[in-house]
Amino acid sequence: MLDLSPEGYVTEDGRKIGGVLMEMKNITLRFGGVTAIKDISFDIREGEIRAIIGPNGAGKSSMLNVISGFYVPQEGEVWFKGARRAQMKPYQVARQGIARTFQNIALFEGMSVLDNIMTGRLTHMKANIFDQAVWWGRAQVEETENREKVERIIDFLEIQNIRKTPVGRLPYGLKKRVELARALAAEPMLLLLDEPMAGMNVEEKEDMSRFILDVNDEFGTTIALIEHDMGVVMDLSDRVVVMDYGKKIGDGTPDEVRANQDVIDAYLGVAHD
Amino acid sequence: MASAAADGRLDTFPRLLARNADTFGDKPAYREKEFGIWQSWTWAEARDEIEALAYGLLDMGLNEGDYVALIGRNRPHMYWSMVAAQMCGAVPVPIYQDSVGEEIAYVLDHCGARFVIAQDQEQVDKVIEVKDRLPALEEVIYLDKRGMRKYDHTHLRLFDLVQDEGRATRDKGEREMATRLAKQDGETTCVMLYTSGTTGRPKGVVLSNDNIIITSKNSAEFDHLVPGDDILAYLPMAWVGDFIFSVGQAYWTGFCVNCPESADTMMTDLREIGPSYYFAPPRIFETQLTTVMIRMEDAGKFKKWLFDRFMAHAKTVGPKLLDGEPVGAMDKLKYSLGNLLVYGPLKNTLGLSRIRVGYTAGEAIGPEIFDFYRSLGINLKQLYGQTEASVFITQQKDHEVRADTVGTPTPGVELRIDDSGEVFYRSPGVFVKYYKNDESTASTKDAEGWVATGDAGFIEPDTGHLRIIDRAKDVGKMASGALFAPKYVENKLKFYPNILEAVVFGAGRETCTAFINIDLTAVGNWAERNNIAYASYQELAGHPQVLEMIQSHIAETNESVAQDEMLSGCQIHRFLVLHKELDADDGELTRTRKVRRRIIEEKYDDLITALYDGAESVSTETEVTYEDGRKGSIKATLHIRDVKTVEARAPQAVAAE
Repeated sequence: MLDLSPEGYVTEDGRKIGGVLMEMKNITLRFGGVTAIKDISFDIREGEIRAIIGPNGAGKSSMLNVISGFYVPQEGEVWFKGARRAQMKPYQVARQGIARTFQNIALFEGMSVLDNIMTGRLTHMKANIFDQAVWWGRAQVEETENREKVERIIDFLEIQNIRKTPVGRLPYGLKKRVELARALAAEPMLLLLDEPMAGMNVEEKEDMSRFILDVNDEFGTTIALIEHDMGVVMDLSDRVVVMDYGKKIGDGTPDEVRANQDVIDAYLGVAHD
Repeated sequence: MASAAADGRLDTFPRLLARNADTFGDKPAYREKEFGIWQSWTWAEARDEIEALAYGLLDMGLNEGDYVALIGRNRPHMYWSMVAAQMCGAVPVPIYQDSVGEEIAYVLDHCGARFVIAQDQEQVDKVIEVKDRLPALEEVIYLDKRGMRKYDHTHLRLFDLVQDEGRATRDKGEREMATRLAKQDGETTCVMLYTSGTTGRPKGVVLSNDNIIITSKNSAEFDHLVPGDDILAYLPMAWVGDFIFSVGQAYWTGFCVNCPESADTMMTDLREIGPSYYFAPPRIFETQLTTVMIRMEDAGKFKKWLFDRFMAHAKTVGPKLLDGEPVGAMDKLKYSLGNLLVYGPLKNTLGLSRIRVGYTAGEAIGPEIFDFYRSLGINLKQLYGQTEASVFITQQKDHEVRADTVGTPTPGVELRIDDSGEVFYRSPGVFVKYYKNDESTASTKDAEGWVATGDAGFIEPDTGHLRIIDRAKDVGKMASGALFAPKYVENKLKFYPNILEAVVFGAGRETCTAFINIDLTAVGNWAERNNIAYASYQELAGHPQVLEMIQSHIAETNESVAQDEMLSGCQIHRFLVLHKELDADDGELTRTRKVRRRIIEEKYDDLITALYDGAESVSTETEVTYEDGRKGSIKATLHIRDVKTVEARAPQAVAAE
């Protein structure tokens, strides 16, 4: 059992995890008569890889959308960096240091990989539209700075060979990687990954896992990910939240979660007597 | 260091480095694309980097006579490591970067390396995996720190930190370094390179400074290489060719070595750098040509027409222009128009616009492929060499270039053909010895310094050009007594873009048969155009229409083989298309992608039996090794087809007499 003191804890492989970065307190989210999330609380610590898992329709994506500020829960509070987060637009959330990838890839298909990743730097650009239009003064300096940051990410994710390729021409696995690159370009404190391994073959999954671990290791980014491939999640994450029908049925280290009878029932099904 | 250059001795690489840094210190010595931009180092900067590393290694306790193993892709830092090791009096031993743990273990154990310089986490992992079996191994230095944070760093150091340490301890080590440098001369070991080993275990070829420097000098002067030249260093660093081009000739001449960003971006980087001196194995030229042809198939009608028309013209005029033969004014005009519209842009796309000297070697190149590049006005030539000769044995002079010979002896090289037809040479580049293997040294190099190449060939009487037929030990007799030269037939087969690899059998048998590997790019494109669906390599390889196409290629080859009286017995009677690509990871090819005949014969014994017992199909299960060393297996049922052969003329003529 992990000793979850407020200052943080130490993982099995010796990484030091910090204090609470984000806390969800008694979140309930309803769409009309449907309750997608029912009174869920958990926290995300600085520097950890936190997974949210659950069978289809468990409410995982809704949870991620609450974290990212896209959905506003009817009940409950979201605390980020020690302060209660007021209702805000997604772009405001992005400015706070939260970036995400999407389950069904939301890239600009006609633009090159490089340009797509550059859009991730948008929150760091301050030049006005006129400077941008004639590429003058601040715009010029900013572009050079941002390009350098982007190139480091391209190098990090080993996509140099597709730098100038239009995204639409790329295979699925690479698109996923470009999406990750774009999210990283925002230099987020908290990175949200919505099913990063969905639809990938074993080799692509291994690559993606390695990149996620490396991102966490190299940049110290806190990562929250949703996945329904149990195997991958268990190897990757420090702590796991398990959801089923909008409720939290488990929370803890992968080993604890694996031993949890409710989780086993949710995944394998249980006989009704 | 300046004193070393002052006395004019240029017999070691540290001395050449000093000369280069003094003479053209502000010219670029190395470039590497990183973070999307070409970073460059001048000769003076390169000297600083190399010296910093050398002092760092000295401080770590590197001794004279030690071996320093290097594993990684072509990066300036890896080249610096070689010279830094030499400065300390140690011997660099580059290892193929795609070697699996087992192969690395063999080499590290054999040379007893104390230090390893590895490029990244992947290479470090491979060394750590086999570390327990290597008592001599002490320290691993790595270049790329990514993913390395969590490793136990008691015997693991970052390259940059070694350099920092070197800069800090320079004063302390200066005297020791000067003594070591002064001791070195032309006879000092320069580098040890492991042969790829078509048979048995790799052998460590010891090459002295004289071997490398004199050979580099001779060959560089032969081709008039100058300090402003650019090359792209992308071939494995463990291969002798890369050492000669990117270290030997580069230091002798003082030209710039450009390193690509990654293996995948090589073609883009080639285009950006536009090297003036370029080496590539035939396989790369083939791939480039295949890509061009595939793209032309997809081009618009007008473009295709323009391309075909001007390429036909280039074929007749281009080579003549390169060879300096007289060409009519009208033809010249048409050629310059073609240059404007087709050849120029095409060369630019291929990254070959600035080529002054281009070489290919290692395998035979198809005459069509060779002519294609020459007709564009690219001075592509062939050379013949091997590790034991410090590469150069023969090379083609400008204006004397042909597809079927490998040229005349490089200056300083003597050639001799013995009674059995095997080629022998003697040159300043002849290796010192095989490391820890006097027996092999003695059987390869005789007392007078003549070395057996292991290739059978002959010298054309009227031109003096050397022609290679086949590996001497592969040339055999068929049951009928006819000459059997598998490589000769395989090369003819491989000239078809659809055929990637071929292995011909027939020694001591009545007839010849063959294994074929299809080229996935070419055949895949063909399948797409013909609406043939396939899910995997295996399925495509077994498709009846593919078999039919290969069958027709072989029938054509048979016709061409029948033309040669001596070799008409080598026509292929039956063949099958293999269900997997021959792979170096499975030991079927060497790391330089040469076929390992014996191993294939053993491994696919069941398939060969089926080729000869008249069966129509055969089921088989093959073990494969994945890149990470895990093993798996593939099951397949292969169909065997008969091919039409042409009545051999020669034996009939003999019988009639």
